[in-house]
Amino acid sequence: MQSRKAYEKLGREKLQRIIETCKSVEERSLDPFLVDVNADIGTVRQFFAEWQIPEDLCLDAETLHRIASVVKLQSEWVKHRSTSLYTDPFLLEDKLKRMDKAEIAKTFLRVWHPPIEWEQISIHSLSEAVRYWNSLLPLEERWKENPPNQTETGHTTREELVRERILRDIAFSEELETFWDELRNFVKEKGERGKIRYWDFIGSETYDKTVERAFMTSFLVTYGYATLEIHPLEEETFLVPYEKPVVRSGNTQLVSIPISVSFSEWQKWKRGELK
Amino acid sequence: MSKRKASYAAKLKRATHLLFFKRHAKPGVKGWELHKALGPDYPKVLKIMDDYLKNLDLQVKTVFDEGRQIEKPSLEQLDRARFYVALRGELVPKEAKMIGWRIDDFAGLAIAIAYIVSKKGKAPREDVEGLLREKLPGWKVGLNIERYIRYGYLTQDDSRQLYLDWRTRAEVDQKALIDLLLSVETKKK
Repeated sequence: MQSRKAYEKLGREKLQRIIETCKSVEERSLDPFLVDVNADIGTVRQFFAEWQIPEDLCLDAETLHRIASVVKLQSEWVKHRSTSLYTDPFLLEDKLKRMDKAEIAKTFLRVWHPPIEWEQISIHSLSEAVRYWNSLLPLEERWKENPPNQTETGHTTREELVRERILRDIAFSEELETFWDELRNFVKEKGERGKIRYWDFIGSETYDKTVERAFMTSFLVTYGYATLEIHPLEEETFLVPYEKPVVRSGNTQLVSIPISVSFSEWQKWKRGELK
Repeated sequence: MSKRKASYAAKLKRATHLLFFKRHAKPGVKGWELHKALGPDYPKVLKIMDDYLKNLDLQVKTVFDEGRQIEKPSLEQLDRARFYVALRGELVPKEAKMIGWRIDDFAGLAIAIAYIVSKKGKAPREDVEGLLREKLPGWKVGLNIERYIRYGYLTQDDSRQLYLDWRTRAEVDQKALIDLLLSVETKKK
């Protein structure tokens, strides 16, 4: 004989199944007569005496609510079928698939009666426009406020461009390799097991310099001079320099790792609070 | 001109101003606005106007709040309804193109409306998209549905169910559309 617990479990499963069926009929606009309301009510009645705890009683109430919604849909379905607008959706779908689109469009134009409408400016918009116009300064006065910059052409030297930071005084690749050497030496001196904490390498006396070092480090990693080792649980990030630049094959999927180098984090690092 | 006739002529002019010029986001005027501007006999003024517009292939159209045509509406039902001046006859495809819509767009709208009507006014968006994909390029299907929603022909709820919106109710003779679609196919057989 089935134990009481097993019987209750079976009841819950049956009610859940009824709820799911009713929900799918409601949501997918299926034929509500697919639901056998009498049988479902019988199931609800069969298990009702077993329910003791509030959760089970709620489940019972929800099942009844869903069945009631389906009964409502059945009523609407009958009403719709009796109206002149009723068409079998499958028949219509089949016919639409067999017609070409020009024919469908032509048919639509025969039953489409677009309204005519003329756009017009309202009194309110007109008064807004007048107010704007009256408060607008004459062009001469507006131009006075922002006189155009006078520019003259002239010659410049490479040193000046370097000073303006338009050009770098050494080639970028050269600078990158110098930075790579610096990383390797840093790891040798202060690193452990061939790696160094990310912030210990990029961190500098000023925030500007720190950002610049983070920028250069990102190129070291991208171009295969070094790699990142991330320990997510410990929230630690290490830099591991390669002895030779690694050329990545085209099939390798590269990933971007965002690392925040904000001012507050730099301050934390300065205070020794950041790993 | 008799005093009565002069009064109706003035009301006719006022009704023309109200109905022809767009005053709200949606075209047309609510019955209560006409009631306020023209008085309780505004349905008669609209009837005169409709007769007058017949020669121009235009009509005064009434869209009831209830979403269906009412044979003998009460004044209260008319007050809640919306009135438009709309085309009485048909547009030929050449004229329709001048509106800025392509044949694809009209066909897509006709399919969506007909399908939703056949599903009792509500259909899952995925099903409508699936049917549209039979006729339109895949990339256009989603864009077109968004366009129909934006223009007020269709509306969508949070569970991605599509319904007919006010513009379809105002502009499209749904029963005639279904009948015509079915009869076109019958003729082909």
